[in-house]
Amino acid sequence: MRIQKASSVPRKFAALLLGVCFTFVFNAAAQNESAPGAGVYAIKGAKIFTLAGTPIDNGTIVIREGKIAAVGANVQIPSDAKVIDATGLEVYPGMLDPVTQIGLEEVSAVKATVDTTETGEFNPDVTAATAFNADSAHVDVTRADGITEVLVVPGAIGGFFGGGGGSVIGGNASAVDLGGWNINDMVIRRDAAMELTWPTIAGGSFDPETFSFHRLPFDEAKKQYQKRVDEISDLFDKARHYGQAMQSGATNFPQDLKLAALARVVDGQEPLLVIADSDRDIRHAVEFCEAQKVHMILGGAADAWKTIDLLKKDNIPVIIGPILSIRQDEDDPYDAEYTLASKLFSAGVKIAFGSFNTSFSRRLSQYAGTAVGYGLPHDEALKAVTVNAAQMLGLDDIGTLEPGKVANVVVTNGDLLELRTQVKYLFIKGQLTSLDNKQRELYERYSKRPKTATP
Amino acid sequence: MRARGLKGIRGLAILTALAFAFSFTARAQEGSQENSGVTLIKNATIITITHGRIEHGSILIRDGKIADVGASVSAPADAKVIDASGMFVMPGIIDCHTHIAVDGDVNEGSLSVSAMANIKDVLNPDDVDIYRELAGGVVIGNVLHGSANPIGGQTIVIKLKYGAAPDDLPFPDALPGIKFALGENVKHSNFGGPVPRYPDTRMGVEETIRDAFTRAKAYQQAWADYNRRKAAGEQNLIPPRRDVQLEPLVEVLEGKRYIHCHSYVSDEILMLMRVAKEFGFKVRTFQHVLEGYKVADEMAANNIGGSTFSDWWAYKMEAYEAIPYNAALMTDRGVIVSINSDDADEARHLNQEAAKSMKYGDLNENQALRLVTLNPAIQLGIDNRVGSIEQGKDADLVIYNHDPLSVYAVVQKTIIDGKTYFDRDEDIARRAGLAKEKQELLEKAKNEGKPAPKPAEETKPEKKKPHEKSKKSKKPGTAPGFSGMVAGGAR
Repeated sequence: MRIQKASSVPRKFAALLLGVCFTFVFNAAAQNESAPGAGVYAIKGAKIFTLAGTPIDNGTIVIREGKIAAVGANVQIPSDAKVIDATGLEVYPGMLDPVTQIGLEEVSAVKATVDTTETGEFNPDVTAATAFNADSAHVDVTRADGITEVLVVPGAIGGFFGGGGGSVIGGNASAVDLGGWNINDMVIRRDAAMELTWPTIAGGSFDPETFSFHRLPFDEAKKQYQKRVDEISDLFDKARHYGQAMQSGATNFPQDLKLAALARVVDGQEPLLVIADSDRDIRHAVEFCEAQKVHMILGGAADAWKTIDLLKKDNIPVIIGPILSIRQDEDDPYDAEYTLASKLFSAGVKIAFGSFNTSFSRRLSQYAGTAVGYGLPHDEALKAVTVNAAQMLGLDDIGTLEPGKVANVVVTNGDLLELRTQVKYLFIKGQLTSLDNKQRELYERYSKRPKTATP
Repeated sequence: MRARGLKGIRGLAILTALAFAFSFTARAQEGSQENSGVTLIKNATIITITHGRIEHGSILIRDGKIADVGASVSAPADAKVIDASGMFVMPGIIDCHTHIAVDGDVNEGSLSVSAMANIKDVLNPDDVDIYRELAGGVVIGNVLHGSANPIGGQTIVIKLKYGAAPDDLPFPDALPGIKFALGENVKHSNFGGPVPRYPDTRMGVEETIRDAFTRAKAYQQAWADYNRRKAAGEQNLIPPRRDVQLEPLVEVLEGKRYIHCHSYVSDEILMLMRVAKEFGFKVRTFQHVLEGYKVADEMAANNIGGSTFSDWWAYKMEAYEAIPYNAALMTDRGVIVSINSDDADEARHLNQEAAKSMKYGDLNENQALRLVTLNPAIQLGIDNRVGSIEQGKDADLVIYNHDPLSVYAVVQKTIIDGKTYFDRDEDIARRAGLAKEKQELLEKAKNEGKPAPKPAEETKPEKKKPHEKSKKSKKPGTAPGFSGMVAGGAR
């Protein structure tokens, strides 16, 4: 939706309102109770799902200087540790949402709060971490449900203003954790993946400017599609040549920020996160990545159950889009979305769940749990919201509870994937992190409202 | 329908025939389960909603009604038996806010008061979303007009009888409704039509409604005067000109039509309660009502229900103070609360959304399930017929393989008026046949020497983006996702 023509007065007013809200949120966000790495904690008596082995009943986990120091059934509790008796509770690695726009958008309908998608088709040089708002209310709200890390993905993957802007290469997706005072505290890797929204043969598009739908005949739509794919190929070829020129030590060529950024992808230093949903688009994207020899992660993947052999053959990991949304065609099975994870896993394809959203990031565990109902093994579902995505992104020190890993830890009162389960303690980088947020604060405030109303 | 890649009328005709073949197959299947006789569901955990849970219980269904329910129920020897060992049976889910089963757009968005438009006129029993929702345990939907107008179109409560005649969908004797809407959608904050339209502020929204009811009262009075004079025997009277815009509002004034009002922030909620008092009408429910928790006492005092979302927030400025504790907090303050879908996606897992009220706000199990069963029935004035498992009520039931409050629960059967409209086993069993049938039709098209539809190479609208929380387009020429938003399906 274009915003330029809208009256600026209400927008300014909205911005003013937002300013007020942000001030409030900021005050509520007393983030971590101590300096980085200072705390020593022992969580004892819990059932611990390390995701690096079988669950440990009545186990203990020791956290020191931001890292997991020890985990097991017979672990000595250090004398300097603050002890949390977690009898009856369960311990998991914090969850990782591998496709979200947290920090890039606050209120999706208010343009001034949205930094998801840059103008133009190809923006490999922009980086999500640059625009990440560490004081976003979404940060506190999302982590309170057990999500400790996210991949913030720029581009056309979501948002009221983000879709349909023609963005193809959205930029560098940044891995961040959700505990810290600013992005410098929180960033794990600025350029964790390059976002590419695969073009599609669209029968037309809706233009909110004129409030009308523009149809395209198939031949024309296909021509446009092919043109766009050729542009992408061309850009990747150029980036390859550019990378070769850089490596050769030559200096007598013009600097190009976009090609320099893409050269990392062509070179295999950075995975390419390709968002594609239809089976045709998935096939074409896989063929493209194979030809370009880039490290592909498929995102979205609604129709991936129709392309399992190809994904398996090329060993493409898949970040599954929100399975509670209807993404099927009319004559697909009604449970196509729910069974997708199970089908991919059974075929040996590595899977993770993604929210592809901001305010629904906290539904990640619901997606995984629903997939369990439709055949995905429970332990695999847990991995698909934690370690699998970390592995896809090469983030080797998060995702499991093993000595030496970063202590991003969630303590719950039950099955992490169940709807009624509540997070009781949360550690990010070894620090006991507040579960307070804008929403809890409002709940508590209005719970205390005296009963005085009359009709 | 995937017809856009084909050229020529013949190709389209073939594909249309193909689509029909599929829907007929599905309907034939549904028809074969016709059971006007007696059915016994046994060995189930029965969640009655009104009388607790019954372990290893039975439900006897006769003539579409619940004839008996209990730990031991006697059934005739020839009753059809559904062995539900290990399963959970609860009342079918009632969705107090839906836009499915509508043929075309849901919003007559051109006027600020579009009370003359009626959803009942455009019901489409073949909408595949009906089937998808049956597969999510939904049996009843309150089909609402969109939210682009302070006073929108007339609404209708339907049973999700997939494939029935349009006239057979409406819930018998359920009071009709009318959609009202407040806030950003009606003042076109986030999108606009080609022409500016009053109102542009929440102040103007109030005046739009006051103006409409001022006119409706005058209209009501004109008819009352006419009827009085006519009854007194006056001759040569000219009746007032009929006004189809104001008629539904007179019905509201006379308590013959419910108001379901789309709303977000607390001030606009208070506004409508004030206007209702001024003109002497009732508001039946506030829909969405994401800041209902701030004015729950006022809603309870005015006996107005709240029909909300589980955990949606921040998609609009007016949703920025939405909290997932809303359902619980309103419940604690005495409001009758339901959780609705507003969305064909969300409707498929309303049991899950209800369960979240236990996480956010600590409702108990029965309170949580009431949010999608008995409470919406009360809000729609049909709780004497549906919403709980009790003798004499309609046999609208859903059978799960696990506790419906668990994320792992999968719907096995959905039953309306004693008839099975969704059966997971049968759905799975007929997939191979449907795929074969489709392939044969494609082959047939090919052999007729016409350009065969190649599934991999036809144009289809862009897949719905995951973030777009609006109705998936199934028709060429409508914008996927966005159309629902612009056309007023936006929440």
